[in-house]
Amino acid sequence: MNVWVRFATRRTGRLVLSLWVLVTAAFAMMHALPGDPVRAALGPTAPLELVQARRAAMGLDDPLWQQYLHYLAGLFTGDLGTSMTSGLPVSDVISARLGSTVQMAGLAFVVAVVVSVPVGTLMAVLVRHGRRRGGDLAFTSASVVLATIPEFLMAVGLVFVFSVQLGWLPVAGKAGPDSYVLPVLALAIGPAFVLARIVRVEMLAVLQTDYLRTARAKRLPERVVYLRHALPNALTTTLTLGGLLLGSLVAGTVLVENVFAWPGLGGTIVGSILAKDYPTVQGVVLVYGIGVLLANLAVDVALAVVDPRSTIRES
Amino acid sequence: MRRFGPLGVSAFALLVLVLALALFAPFIWQERADAVNPADILRGPSAAHLAGTDPLGRDVLARVLVATRLSVGLALLATGLGVLAGLVLGTSTAVLGRRVGRWIGTLINIAVAFPSLLLALFFAVIFGVGAKGAVLAIGLATAPNFARIAQTLSATIAGRDFISAARIAGVGRFRILVRHVLPNIADSMVITATIAAGNATLAFASLSFLGLGVQAPSYDWGRLLGEGLQQIYIHPAGALVAGLAVVLAAMAFNLSGEVVARAIGLRSTQTGTLGGPPPPALESPMPEVPDALLAVHNLQVSFPGVRPVRGVSLSLRRGEAVGIVGESGSGKSLTALAIARLIEPPGEVTADRLSFLGQDLRGDDVRAHRRLLGTSLAMVFQDPMTSLNPVQRVGRQLAEVVRTHSGASRRTAWERAVDRLSAVRIPDAARRAAQLPHEFSGGMRQRAMIGMGVMASPSLIIADEPTTALDVTVQKQVLQLLQNIRAAEDVGLLFISHDVTVVGQMCSRVLVMYAGRIVEDLPATALRSDARHPYTRALVAAVPDMETDRSQPLAVIPGRPPDPRDLPPGCAFAPRCPLATDRCRTEDPPLATHDGRRVACWHSDLAPAVVPALLKGEQS
Repeated sequence: MNVWVRFATRRTGRLVLSLWVLVTAAFAMMHALPGDPVRAALGPTAPLELVQARRAAMGLDDPLWQQYLHYLAGLFTGDLGTSMTSGLPVSDVISARLGSTVQMAGLAFVVAVVVSVPVGTLMAVLVRHGRRRGGDLAFTSASVVLATIPEFLMAVGLVFVFSVQLGWLPVAGKAGPDSYVLPVLALAIGPAFVLARIVRVEMLAVLQTDYLRTARAKRLPERVVYLRHALPNALTTTLTLGGLLLGSLVAGTVLVENVFAWPGLGGTIVGSILAKDYPTVQGVVLVYGIGVLLANLAVDVALAVVDPRSTIRES
Repeated sequence: MRRFGPLGVSAFALLVLVLALALFAPFIWQERADAVNPADILRGPSAAHLAGTDPLGRDVLARVLVATRLSVGLALLATGLGVLAGLVLGTSTAVLGRRVGRWIGTLINIAVAFPSLLLALFFAVIFGVGAKGAVLAIGLATAPNFARIAQTLSATIAGRDFISAARIAGVGRFRILVRHVLPNIADSMVITATIAAGNATLAFASLSFLGLGVQAPSYDWGRLLGEGLQQIYIHPAGALVAGLAVVLAAMAFNLSGEVVARAIGLRSTQTGTLGGPPPPALESPMPEVPDALLAVHNLQVSFPGVRPVRGVSLSLRRGEAVGIVGESGSGKSLTALAIARLIEPPGEVTADRLSFLGQDLRGDDVRAHRRLLGTSLAMVFQDPMTSLNPVQRVGRQLAEVVRTHSGASRRTAWERAVDRLSAVRIPDAARRAAQLPHEFSGGMRQRAMIGMGVMASPSLIIADEPTTALDVTVQKQVLQLLQNIRAAEDVGLLFISHDVTVVGQMCSRVLVMYAGRIVEDLPATALRSDARHPYTRALVAAVPDMETDRSQPLAVIPGRPPDPRDLPPGCAFAPRCPLATDRCRTEDPPLATHDGRRVACWHSDLAPAVVPALLKGEQS
């Protein structure tokens, strides 16, 4: 148990430190902007009094440390400031759109994992001992190409084939279940093939190990050798890299949402960067950052459960 | 070029094409790309406009080709910036001393956790919308990755001897960095940067597509793609051609980098044909042993291009302990694996006879013998640290044997596992069974392996160098345990070791292997005084004992074991043998049987005393 307590303490410590860096970076962003963010948002023609009143309302004239403390205190009460374009609280804007983004990213991650693990395992089992070299080469090349295509190009390609040419699925928007298919696929295909390749390589490595020879020496059925002895060992590395992938999936939603006019945070952040609505940008950046940190945390915990050595190994 | 393969060559060709387009395309197609033609808007592909026209009637293909310069140029600029920033950050951990270095390291680690697109968006806010802002944003967003790589690489270099030498010589940290560390990590950094340039191309296209990168009237691929997407229903070519350009350019960079990395890091994979049909046995058929537990005749193991086991015959009775001794590479472990049917393709096993408990184990269908081998044959491998599944509880790995083969219930199997663990003298077995292998010491793991072997009731234990990886202090316990099980349960033991002394103590009969063959088969009692084969005698002579003259250098066998790919025509030991004659160099001696012993040597009748003297002669 001691090991677990230490793991939890260390991991929480890292999370808190990362959160602090993230929050401070989000705060610093507003102050690293060239010029006055309020003037930038309201435009060069806005009267000076309005700019000054808005600056005062946002507390931008207070000493920096006071603003920082005020910002931190606001975060604890869920106050992310007020949008400069709509005048709505940023937290309301985010909560209205967060769900759509989480749905898309979550579904895409599930699809990627559900596809990649069986495909990668199967490939490893089929090509082990250097058999079926042709099929192996075809799989590897195809997966390299598919993984290089970024999500938004994949999205454009899918729209072209399935919406424009075949007319099977809607071109954009979020309505019925069929509107989910293309966005989720666009987001999942690349990561699925990256993961499948990792699973394949890891499985091939595990199949060479001494403990797999032990399992074969016990004359277990092949199914048991592959699924119960090889796969869990192959998955530990897969999980570590899968976590990074989950993080990049969060980023990928920004682009895919913009292709499909998906009512999520991706549209919000791009729109507010272009409109110079900095409080909203600040809030959304924070949410994305937290999403990535939570994804990493989830992977570390899953890793610790699957392979308890990882709790000791890392230091 | 050949070592990069066809994939590498095409990747380089593509890269050269992309770079050439970036340099020259605007000179050739600029006018065409900017020519507005209101009469010809949004046309499909035609002879005049291969990819059609855009909403202002401009040629799409020309615009995509011209955009290469901006797209690739900005991506390269961003990559350069990222490499520079990353190098400064990453190597600063080594230059700035431990405290500051650790802080920077922590910050790098945190930054690396965030996807670079998010970092790029973050920096794009700070640096403002536009091409300059996007270059800075993408550059800084990739910096943490480079910093991590530079940090790892320079940390490895910093541990090398020549850096320590420079430090002792009083060379300053900065000078060490510039003169010693940077040149040594340059290769890897260039390759990483090439791959990163591909990713930067994609990232740049993403930002421009979102409207945060290149601004009108300039255009790069991302912008063209974004504009094309508006018309995808009427005129898909606009988006598709730009998209294709992005993917091709990114792949050119990525693949070139990967191919070079692979060519540098990987040795050529060796290929070869199977070693031909197995030659006939070089030994007279074994006399039938009526109650043989294991009977093997002319066992051969071959891999493509090499035959490391060239005809081994042996038999073993219940309760008997037979040892196989030889140098590494003599084929003793492969012999053990082949008997247990654990050789995997491309390895091939052939034998004139391979029977265990009266059943013929030959043939491809290993499944038919699954139950027999699973319950009656136990294997103990060399390295207990790697032979247990690291993510399964030890008890479960033991219980699995009877769960699979005897259909025992989960509970009965677990109880049996705990019982077996205490039988191999693991203290507190009930608690230990629930632990994972890494919580066991090396000696305990090897005992657990033995416990796994005796989960069912084995008739034969094959132990392949079971104590080589263990501390000297626990070696004895493990050997004693094997000996006890053999005696108590009347189990046969095939004991493989390179240690002639241990084999002599553990076994009643000893088989000496050299270059894939048995060269001598003799009772353990005859090992010291009455070995006939010069190799056996040399092995024995090489072991110091109480009477060894300490003032003399230790006896060694001169020369090296032969390469199994390139065996001499006659006796494989002839090049190292002090007794070798012309006959030895041309004719391989058969393993001939004399009064229950076997030896493969043309000079087996020479007096045993001659050899040590000859060996000593080699020394001086």
